[in-house]
Amino acid sequence: MSGLSIGDLLFWLVAVVTMVSAAGVAFSPNIVYSAFSLMGTFMGVAALYVFLAADFVAVVQVLIYVGGILVLTLFAVMLTHRIADVRISNRSVGRLPSLVIVALVFGVMAKAVFSAQWHTITAGTPMPTTYGIGNSFLGDYLLPFELASVVLLAALIGAVVLSRKELTDE
Amino acid sequence: MSVGLPHYLLVSLVLFVLGLYCVLTRRNAIGILMGVELVLNSANINYLAFARYSSGAYDGQVFAIFVIMLAAAEAAIGLAIVLGIYQTFQTIDVEATETLRG
Repeated sequence: MSGLSIGDLLFWLVAVVTMVSAAGVAFSPNIVYSAFSLMGTFMGVAALYVFLAADFVAVVQVLIYVGGILVLTLFAVMLTHRIADVRISNRSVGRLPSLVIVALVFGVMAKAVFSAQWHTITAGTPMPTTYGIGNSFLGDYLLPFELASVVLLAALIGAVVLSRKELTDE
Repeated sequence: MSVGLPHYLLVSLVLFVLGLYCVLTRRNAIGILMGVELVLNSANINYLAFARYSSGAYDGQVFAIFVIMLAAAEAAIGLAIVLGIYQTFQTIDVEATETLRG
């Protein structure tokens, strides 16, 4: 345990919390528990972003995922009723073939992760990233940035059109 | 061994595999969307890990923000569709919605 610093210990703590709550999302028999486990995963991933010196992305993750997507998901879960009945709420089928596929994917990719010679640099001191990200958005990534706003507008209008009640004249 | 690139890739791999399992086994449409969110998060961890340990530039972080943006759009549209399915079929079991099956 001599080589394990406080930072590494924290990383493994957060990583275990993230992976355990992700397992809760995947395996929980109740969709409501799945939704709340999803919150643990999102928060854990945000903490991992902080370890990766991505402060702005971590804040965006908390704001959009936890504050937006998760609340939206919970709304959808609560609006589709009969959630208390497990057989209806979160049925799982084909567990065994899926487990085989997933184990194969995991094995192949884990081997790739640990055998590949990754090009690495020594990670520098974490610095505030907002300045650089803002410059990228209004510089190299200006077109995708503007397209993103159009996509969001289209998604907004699409969601309204999809979920409104159809008004028909008598 | 101090924490480095492979450890982040491992965490991301676990998230990806769990999301894949979720998508494959769930028959609740919202459960499937949750699996997709897990997969997107794992991709984002990869982007940021490579941005920190392999490039040192901001491109990975910018892409991660675009992925988060698309995930928000996907969740809004996906859940609107799910609610539409619920109003039509009174269930969101994806095997019950087989009207178009040939």
